[in-house]
Amino acid sequence: MNEMLERLQRDFSVSEVTACPPRMTTLKVDKLSAERLIRELRDREGYTHLNFMTCIDYIEDNIFTLVYMLHNYDEKHSLGIHVDISRDNEEMVSIHTLWAQAWTYQRELREMYGIRFPGSPRLDEDFCLEGWDQIPPMRREFDTKKFSEERFGHREGRESEEPRQHMKVELYPNRGGDEK
Amino acid sequence: MTQLTGPAAIGHASDLDFKQPEPIDLSSGKYVKLWQGPQHPGITGNMSLELTLDGDTIIDCKTHVGYLHRGFEKLMERRTFIQNFTVVCRIAVPEPTFNEYLYSHAVETLSGIEVPERAIWLRTMNLELMRLSSFLMWIGGMSGAFGQYTVPNWTIAYRDYVLDLFEEMTGARIYHMYIVPGGVRAGLPEGFEKRARDIMDGTDKLLDQIERIMYNNSVFKARSKGLGILTADMIDPYGIVGPNARACGVKRDLRKDEPYLAYDQLDFDVITGTASDAYERAYLRLQETRQSVSLIRQCLDKAPKDGPFQADMPNVLHWQVPAGETYVKAECTRGEYGYYMVTDGSEFVRRVHVRGPSYTHAIAVMEKIAVGNNIADVAGLMVSLHNYPPEIER
Repeated sequence: MNEMLERLQRDFSVSEVTACPPRMTTLKVDKLSAERLIRELRDREGYTHLNFMTCIDYIEDNIFTLVYMLHNYDEKHSLGIHVDISRDNEEMVSIHTLWAQAWTYQRELREMYGIRFPGSPRLDEDFCLEGWDQIPPMRREFDTKKFSEERFGHREGRESEEPRQHMKVELYPNRGGDEK
Repeated sequence: MTQLTGPAAIGHASDLDFKQPEPIDLSSGKYVKLWQGPQHPGITGNMSLELTLDGDTIIDCKTHVGYLHRGFEKLMERRTFIQNFTVVCRIAVPEPTFNEYLYSHAVETLSGIEVPERAIWLRTMNLELMRLSSFLMWIGGMSGAFGQYTVPNWTIAYRDYVLDLFEEMTGARIYHMYIVPGGVRAGLPEGFEKRARDIMDGTDKLLDQIERIMYNNSVFKARSKGLGILTADMIDPYGIVGPNARACGVKRDLRKDEPYLAYDQLDFDVITGTASDAYERAYLRLQETRQSVSLIRQCLDKAPKDGPFQADMPNVLHWQVPAGETYVKAECTRGEYGYYMVTDGSEFVRRVHVRGPSYTHAIAVMEKIAVGNNIADVAGLMVSLHNYPPEIER
């Protein structure tokens, strides 16, 4: 395992290798080397299973972190590949030829975060959201409450409390939520 | 049985060919476009298949989801850790317990919380009861999809007995919210063990009857054998897991491969088949249902009768999970179910991604194997993959 990680660090400009016990390691790779690294892991290192692809929006740093979770069944080990892409140029190389389910993830990421994967099949088809005309909803700046209030308007009987405040005042009045 | 000795043996010899098919000329009058679902008794849950037919034969299939999208992952980023419990169980309606367990386990992993021994056993039993309940419902669905309506009446009735056990154990029939970070909410009520054993005895007899009436039925056999074959070389390129993979000989089961909870103390083998067609997958699930009954009995035998069932935890209003990242997984009825969680040290989760087996089984796999089949077999083919759409659209 350590040998493989050292080799990856040397050959693919891998950085920030972090062990996440018990059976996972994460590493960061730059955008240009990512597809080559993932292919290498699949074809030579036994990471043949793509658990999932997802994205984390670090709006404060102006980046999206794409996460590719790969699994090696023989070693019983997972590798989380992190790839940072700029929110101003949200484009990434497609891996749809490596796993059949990858294009579905890419289609979802296109819809939910607005990330482009040139060449990925049916990328611009609606996934969950039919006729969506707002900013991609999983971006941090998309405010679900504001959207809901503007879209659906106010109706009597639909008022709700801020949940934590409600717990403090109504459910645990004697404790006031101050006990640690 | 397939020997998994290296990447090439699991089907990654070359890149997948994703050339888009030639557009189909519907105006030629030769083809018909037909939607199966979302309002159709032969669809599994809230999804639909856009089928293009040449006569009775499917020449193109596209899966559509989103009819039940509630934005769970987005909601979870705006709610505190304890508030998310009312959300996670709704992600896979027939199997909420796996969501409760994995969400709790992710929080525990990141916070370094140790779960008491008794809670580990109660969680294991809870998950196996969930598996049994889900398989009973599935067997009924599979039988119904091939026109046999007696079996669903039996299995749904027995599933209700299992739901009675859940009600006793957790206070709820469907969304239990029983497994929480640090342990479980309660021990077993008095007399539970005897009632559970009685229901397990009845279930054994029921499964024998089902094998006779459904699995030995010549119509069921004729229609399901050879239908929707999955080959071993599709397993990793398509991300196929669970019974769908085991039915073609791939011996993978997280309960054995990466044991969690009390599975390393239970006696069971990974069940495999030889050719993953609809019949083989159905028969494998019947065997796994029997196995689940055995595991529940073992839990009743071995679970500690007293002791703490909850670790000392801080006031839920002040939970703050340390910054970190984890991916935890468990073997649900359909294979690998996982929770990827990223935290930043605040009282809110930074990102949760829920990985459900239906994501690939209902889309990439279904779209491939539906082509060439008869329209009458689509419902059975789909049920044979065992999908729950809410876990796709989260």
